[in-house]
Parts: sequence; structure tokens; C-alpha cells
Amino acid sequence: MDSYVGTGDEWTVAGRKFASRLVVGTGKYKDLPTTAAAIEASGAEMVTVAVRRVNLSDRNAPMLQDYVSPQRYTYLPNTAGCFTADEAVRTLRLAREAGGWNLVKLEVLGPAPTLYPDMPATFEAAKALIKDGFEVMVYCSDDPIAAKRLEEMGCVAIMPLGAPIGSGLGVQNPLMIQMIIEQAKVPVLVDAGVGTAYDATFAMELGCDAVLVNSAIAMANDPVLMARAMKAGVEAGRLAFRAGRIPRRGFASASSPMTGLIG
Amino acid sequence: MSVTAENMCVTVNGETLAFTPGLTVAGLIAQLGLDTRKVAVERNLEIVPRSTYADVRLTPGDALEIVHFIGGG
Repeated sequence: MDSYVGTGDEWTVAGRKFASRLVVGTGKYKDLPTTAAAIEASGAEMVTVAVRRVNLSDRNAPMLQDYVSPQRYTYLPNTAGCFTADEAVRTLRLAREAGGWNLVKLEVLGPAPTLYPDMPATFEAAKALIKDGFEVMVYCSDDPIAAKRLEEMGCVAIMPLGAPIGSGLGVQNPLMIQMIIEQAKVPVLVDAGVGTAYDATFAMELGCDAVLVNSAIAMANDPVLMARAMKAGVEAGRLAFRAGRIPRRGFASASSPMTGLIG
Repeated sequence: MSVTAENMCVTVNGETLAFTPGLTVAGLIAQLGLDTRKVAVERNLEIVPRSTYADVRLTPGDALEIVHFIGGG
């Protein structure tokens, strides 16, 4: 069966190829060993990371890199916590120096309780980062016009939210996500809002290139098991998308032939 | 204390710290007990390339940010 499914179903962002269509965040875990075990179980090849000050009062604290190897996983540094273009550029310049790569996740958020993408600030930061040579994967609203504009500016991936960050509500606006996918010439990832495996499946069935999940794995009762479930969910959704689902109909259609009945 | 032996104050990650004048970025990282391969340094809003750590000397009043990667979404 696996030979029928094929192995060549990779997706490409900024010239880098990935077999796994699940990108995972590394935040919110109770400890680093659990982070490492869950990421392993997820099969992800790309992980998002944050950039923060070194804690000078606890210099021997274990570091993420000791558990999640940057040699094995593609680190995608984010701009979480940045509210202006200047802060985003400063943060990612530091990330580029720390890691030596220029593929980044831009996210400029509004205040709680929505943490909704601040699109004017996102546009401004995207412009500054692209000018500075970064390859920008951009977290954004599920707005097809904004998504197209970000693509035209040179963003290498468009990442609309499925639902508010950490809400676990699943894709709330599938029509708009689908419109964004249909018009995009760069990869589209649903980022934020996945609550459980079938949310990831649903997002993939819409035709996205990949799904980004953090809270749903990290905050599950058993993060390692949920990571494995997400892997299966993403694979199922991708295969179903490739297979082509049956049309929805408002009437029944018998599965067994109505001819040849005994009688 | 003579003038030359006086410590200079720099700000590291928002904390004011005193060091021997002439300290390099490499020296600072070593004194802080950090691994140069796992951090990045910004000095007065400019990135300090890792290859220049041994050459860049701190001056009094410098503001440094030393960052690393942590878990994030």
C-alpha cells in the first residue's frame, strides 16, 4: 500500500524540501525532555522557536538546542512578543546570527484576548524583513486580499490562523482558507487554532501544504501521544485531499446494488 | 583604586554589570559562562558577528543583549 501512496509527496518552502507536513511549535511544554519526545513522535522536520534573553542568574539551565538538535530539525525562529517592525527585525537578526539561517516566522500580534494578527504591523515588518534578506513565512489573518498582498511582497509562505492561538477551536472559516489556498503560488499553512487530530485532518483536506501545531500537542494530557495523533491526522488529511472526496449531496445514494435481489 | 583599575559598567540584558576595562565580547561571554555557539549578541542595537567576538572591546555604557533560542510557537 505504501508504494501506492508514494514517497514523493514533499512540499517545498524557499527551496527547502520537507516530507512531513506537520510543523510543530516548541513552546508551552512542561519540560525539555517532553518537548523532545513529542517532536520525535510528531515526525516534524521543522520546529518553531522563540528568541529570548539568556537568563544570567541561571546560566546552567538546560537549553532547547541540547534537546531539539538544530542539525536534525529546521529551526524556524519566530517574532512572538514583538509588537513593532523594529522589534521583529532586531529579534530575527539576532536569530540569524545565533542560527545562521534566514528562514523565519513573522508574527505580529494584537493584544489579548484575541492575539489576532495585527495586519498593518505585519505588512510593515514583512517589508523590512524581506528588505533585510529574510525568507518570511508569515502568520496572518484569514483574509484572501491580505494573503495575496503578502505573497506579492515576497513572503515565502502564507500562514493564516484557523482560530485564535491556543483556542483549540479548529478551522473556523474554511471558505476563506480555501480561497487563500486556491489563489496562492507559495505554500499555505494553517497556523494556530488546531485543537485535536481531526482539526489538522480538516485543514489538510482543504488543501493546505502543511499545518502548524503547538498548544494542542504541548497542552494535551499526553503530549507524546497527541503528537503521534497529529502526525496521523495530517497524513490522513493529505491523502484524502489527494484522493479527492465525494461531493456532498442532500439525498441518499445506496451503497449496495438494487438489482439481483432475491425474490 | 587607580583610574586604570576602575571597573566599567555595561548593561547586559537590562542588568547593569561591572567589568574590567578592555573586556572583549568573547571575554564577556566566557565570564558569564555561556557557550558562544548557542547565543547571539547585539551591542548598542547592532549585531556583533560571532567571528568578531575576540576583537570587539566593550566601552563603558554599552548596552548588550545576549539571546538564545527557547521553546516557542
